[in-house]
Amino acid sequence: MSIQAPDLPATDRSGHAAPAPELINAVPVRHPGRWLGAVVLFLFLAQLCQSLVTNPNFRWDIVGTYIMDVLVIQGIGWTLLLTVLSMVLAVSLAILLAFMRQSDNPLFRYVSWFWVWFFRGTPVYTQLVLWGLVSVLYPKISVGVPFGPELFHFSTQDLVTAGFAAVLGLGLNESAYLAEIFRAGLKSVDGGQMEAAEALGMRKSKIMWRIILPQAMRVIVPPTGNETIGMLKTTSLVLAVPFTLDLTFATNGIANRTYLPIPLLIVAAFWYLVITSLLMVGQFYIERHFGKGVDNLVQAPVKASQTAAAARAAKGAHARKEEGEEL
Amino acid sequence: MTLTHEVRTKEALVRIEGVHKYFGEHHVLRGIDMNVKEGEVSVIIGPSGSGKSTLLRCVNLMESISAGRIYVRDELIGYREAGGRLHDLSGREIAAQRREIGMVFQRFNLFPHKTAVQNIIEAPIQVKKQSKAAARAKALELLDRVGLADRAGHYPAQLSGGQQQRVAIARALAMEPELMLFDEPTSALDPELVGDVLSVMKDLAKSGMTMIVVTHEIGFAREVGDTLTFMDGGVVVESGDPREVIGNPQHARTQEFLSKVL
Repeated sequence: MSIQAPDLPATDRSGHAAPAPELINAVPVRHPGRWLGAVVLFLFLAQLCQSLVTNPNFRWDIVGTYIMDVLVIQGIGWTLLLTVLSMVLAVSLAILLAFMRQSDNPLFRYVSWFWVWFFRGTPVYTQLVLWGLVSVLYPKISVGVPFGPELFHFSTQDLVTAGFAAVLGLGLNESAYLAEIFRAGLKSVDGGQMEAAEALGMRKSKIMWRIILPQAMRVIVPPTGNETIGMLKTTSLVLAVPFTLDLTFATNGIANRTYLPIPLLIVAAFWYLVITSLLMVGQFYIERHFGKGVDNLVQAPVKASQTAAAARAAKGAHARKEEGEEL
Repeated sequence: MTLTHEVRTKEALVRIEGVHKYFGEHHVLRGIDMNVKEGEVSVIIGPSGSGKSTLLRCVNLMESISAGRIYVRDELIGYREAGGRLHDLSGREIAAQRREIGMVFQRFNLFPHKTAVQNIIEAPIQVKKQSKAAARAKALELLDRVGLADRAGHYPAQLSGGQQQRVAIARALAMEPELMLFDEPTSALDPELVGDVLSVMKDLAKSGMTMIVVTHEIGFAREVGDTLTFMDGGVVVESGDPREVIGNPQHARTQEFLSKVL
């Protein structure tokens, strides 16, 4: 007894064509609750829309005036720049910290643990204030031999500008959280992968970078996307440094000047939503890239004909080479 | 060259001398001695927990040994002897030793994010610093050899278990090892896929590759094996010509095991 492919004519044991089976046409289960829910939701949304249009306190005219304001647009630019730079710093450090945490070298493991403990254990606001005050703490940074001669020095105030302090504060704090996300990702990769690569004679650093991390990224990207969107909003804390060019500071400034906080909150919320949406699009493509072979099973572009031809050609070359050696 | 080759074929390529292995308190290997000559197919069978996989994994340092010595081509595996003491090899030195030894795993362990051909060229490019074109040509040739020339662009998830295992064999061969270790290569396969993998291994044996094979395939042992070793409880119970051991086992434990698997 075998299962018949649907496009083949079905035959019974004596070889006669069997009649086509009567296909099932069942009555689906009805869901009146879903319809009721949809109606309630629709009515609620209609009411909300009506209030958005008719309530004069929203001041849509002010929203319109300031949505493309120079200060607001510049604020978006700075907020994006802070987000990107802090995340680049945080991701770089997190990869390093996660690798260190899995290292055979106990010194690396301790340093990584201590880093996460410290930067995760103190509030980001405190860290931002501290980075803003670092030039008070250490007015001069000099490089030299401890207790010996000084090689060169520079003024901390020139080096650690407000923007730099903001990126440092946000990035170092975030690196501690991301390090744990990366560690979880690395741990999620099957142990057989490490063994297979080791058996091929690959060095550990290369295995981590080329075999383990790319597979871990499948697990790492979604929470990292979460953290990036979180970071976008956390940049509003850079006031603590103080750094005063970001989107929240810009809209707050206008609101305080015009005594109209609600429309400017709407302006800020609108732009944060737009940026978040763009980040989500980026995340989609990153996830698709690292899902290769698992979630995303589009075959790599190797044409079967090319492959067979190349294999034959290679074989021919190999055979010729062996003949040559024998001669 | 031919002269040294002939001399060498008489020597053992792999020498396992008095090897013990403890996992904590658990004494897994209890003094194993075993030689594998160049070009020989050495098959190890035994019940689960007998230590046969552990022994195999000690040969390429997937596990470290607790006592004894393992030599491959007269090179001590995992240690350097100096000043009357053994010194651990560095990661770089261990990797260098492993390059000469290919390994095939029960669970294939292909890299899921790489296609069949990418799996095969990874180590030749990264470790042996071959050019991408050369590694690729060699990979396609190997895929052809294991009967998968038309699967080069497939990801492991798009291949059957038997196909994955054949890609894994090709991947190990791409490093041109002098010794191949097979750790129950067909145990995770559906019965109808076992034959394809075994026939690739048979061809490999015919080509003169030195192989140590841990398996439950008694038929393969009888047909392809040059020696058969039966292990139980961390010791070698019986070893010899496969047809002899299978047809006329001398020890009660061997008889009992074979009566269950045959």
